[in-house]
Amino acid sequence: MEAINSAIRTVPLEHYVVLSFLLFSIGIAGVLFRRNTIIILMCLELMFNSVNLLLAAFSAYHSDPSGQVFVFFIMLVAAAEVTVGLAILVMMKRNVDSVDVNQLNQLKW
Amino acid sequence: MHYLFYLFAAISIISALLVVAARSPINSVIALIVCFLSIAGHYILLNAQFLAMVHIIVYTGAIMVLFLFVIMLLNLNSTTEPMKKMSTRVAAVLAGGLFFLTLLAALRHGLNVQEANPHDDGIGLVRSVGLSLFSEFLLPFEVSSVLFLSAMVGALMLAKKDAPSTLPRPYIGAGNVGAAAPPTMDKTEKVTV
Repeated sequence: MEAINSAIRTVPLEHYVVLSFLLFSIGIAGVLFRRNTIIILMCLELMFNSVNLLLAAFSAYHSDPSGQVFVFFIMLVAAAEVTVGLAILVMMKRNVDSVDVNQLNQLKW
Repeated sequence: MHYLFYLFAAISIISALLVVAARSPINSVIALIVCFLSIAGHYILLNAQFLAMVHIIVYTGAIMVLFLFVIMLLNLNSTTEPMKKMSTRVAAVLAGGLFFLTLLAALRHGLNVQEANPHDDGIGLVRSVGLSLFSEFLLPFEVSSVLFLSAMVGALMLAKKDAPSTLPRPYIGAGNVGAAAPPTMDKTEKVTV
């Protein structure tokens, strides 16, 4: 059992941070890039996951399980958010027959 | 060991780019599943076995299947895919790249963190995470079940078709001649006559 070494011993913490930054930036660019609501939701999931990875890396670095419990709660909230988001998407498709976010401009001033 | 980290990092970045760049939503979902599996690989490398299993079960098993199901339900494909203008897309890529540069600039002096606790490789195992979850974080864990309940009720409320109303149908216009007009309509007619 003691033979299992965490990758945090060999990979510097900065590399995990840069990887998370890159994934988060790709998620932000994706939200701005696409007009399909379902892809925008998927890019949100990507951003959630980059933050999760960062929390898990810091948790392993500091040897503190609280970070991984936070990741668990973020996963719970993400699952609830996706359920409601996809329900809104289905309703939107039924009402305006499109998944284009530009159709949702009724609240624009 | 650290070669695996860079391998998984390359897979996750390339598949994340494919999520944004793929034209068909189905291809985006499959690229996102590959990205999530590689992130689960990162968790296993970090010895976070509980998180890796939960990640595979919740994300790849439930959320992505839900995405695929909705895409197939709505019959989305590359021909129905709305695309933005070229200038907006260039602006989006620039915004993402500049955001990445800003975050990198925050790291230019390196991370000045010290390990808070002596190193322990058993930190991500089910035992330590479970002990923390059910002692220190017991109340948030129970509250999250209420969150799930409200999300479930909300999703049902949003997605179900409206039932036909039992109330009498409102007066629409001049189309239904036989129906009795509402009193306001009567009044205006008397005034005009």
